[in-house]
Amino acid sequence: MDFELVRLAVPTLAKGLWLTAVLTVASIAIGFNLGLALAVMRLSKNRALSGFAKGYSTVFRGTPLLVQLFLFYYGLGQLSFVRDNPVLWWIVGDGAHCAVMALALNTAAYTSEILRGGLMSIPGGLVEAAQACGMSRLLCFRRITFPLAIRQALPAYGNELVLVVKGTSLASTITVLEITGHAKRLMSQTYAILEIFAIAGVLYLLINLVLITLVRLLEARLTRYLPR
Amino acid sequence: MELGLWQVWEGGWVSAILRGAAITIALGVASMAFGIVIGVACGLIKWARLFPLTLVVDFYTSIVRGVPELLIIYLLFFSSVEFVAQIAAAFGYEGLAGNGYAFTIAVVAIAAISGAYSTEVVRGALAAIPGGHIEAARALGIPGRRIFRRIIAPQMLRIAVPGMNNVWQTTIKDTALVSVVGLQELMRAAFVGAGSTRHPFIFYLIAAVVYLAITLVSQGGFDWIERLLRPRTRK
Repeated sequence: MDFELVRLAVPTLAKGLWLTAVLTVASIAIGFNLGLALAVMRLSKNRALSGFAKGYSTVFRGTPLLVQLFLFYYGLGQLSFVRDNPVLWWIVGDGAHCAVMALALNTAAYTSEILRGGLMSIPGGLVEAAQACGMSRLLCFRRITFPLAIRQALPAYGNELVLVVKGTSLASTITVLEITGHAKRLMSQTYAILEIFAIAGVLYLLINLVLITLVRLLEARLTRYLPR
Repeated sequence: MELGLWQVWEGGWVSAILRGAAITIALGVASMAFGIVIGVACGLIKWARLFPLTLVVDFYTSIVRGVPELLIIYLLFFSSVEFVAQIAAAFGYEGLAGNGYAFTIAVVAIAAISGAYSTEVVRGALAAIPGGHIEAARALGIPGRRIFRRIIAPQMLRIAVPGMNNVWQTTIKDTALVSVVGLQELMRAAFVGAGSTRHPFIFYLIAAVVYLAITLVSQGGFDWIERLLRPRTRK
């Protein structure tokens, strides 16, 4: 491999690494909370709430992320009431903000399905016992239901985190220069396609490795009562 | 508010979008078919732990599943452009680098991605077959190839269907990514329409609805296959 090329490519791609990490963390932070809310709505007895959550997850899981991204960035940017509203325009007008919104809404749909599985796996007796102890519904959710559900859902959620990292690469299609955006630019400048791909790929694998390790550590901590 | 529905109808974009949808489905089906072939071969290698080959398969699946699809598509398209142009020029077809070539590379790229996910599904399905079934078949003196055909393959097929449904849904959504390198599929048709009429909202909304229709219809198809393959037990 050409040494000169590595010296050119690595700092550029490392700059993109920072933006990829920021996009990932912001989308996950928003998407997890939205997903949790949707999962709770989906399991509620109110038909309107559960129907909305079901429809949301069908639509966002049934269409490509790229379409969602373009619909928000180009589509919403066309509408005049979005342009005139400063808050909405702050979100839609900037590529990175818009990418975070699209990714967060997208991952919320997948997260809600994962968390719903976790919430449904909790034996009814546990909730009844908590109610018998006089816990309020919120306290029961915070102390009993949620901790047990997250324990169930964590392995599947780890896979979803990797998908979010890979999803951030689509931000490069709406002018955000993260790893893939820089990589594409370098590929067309230097024609050293395989080398650039290898460096960018290693950076992505590194991020995924860090995330998976964090999830494993959290899982080990949450299940520390189990015999090894 | 001017949404541009009239321009969509007037400008003949409906047929462009339908043609794009047909290419998307063709691309998805072709990639999925090759992906299943890759998945069965690599899944068997991983399951049987054929020594040097498992390393290659592990390398392939962890790269493809860990690196963004878009980057893989860029790699295959950019690295093949010059190569194909040279071959085409050598045979005197200067203008060959059209849609047919883009479609071929797109199938290669999406099949490589879909194959990596199928590999894990097939491996999981094979691992779920009880070892006793294979032992029992051996004890009966059934030859190896027939064990595969009569015992392993049918069970693997049944267990793998839900996983393959997931892979198919991801594959059809991944085909949208190929639009960034110019293949005239559904997403590209919407992109071109959005650009030339300056009504992006309605075009991407239509594209989203068409994708949703494709995924919902195929979900129904997979549910039907699953019901068909369910073992008929006595009540």
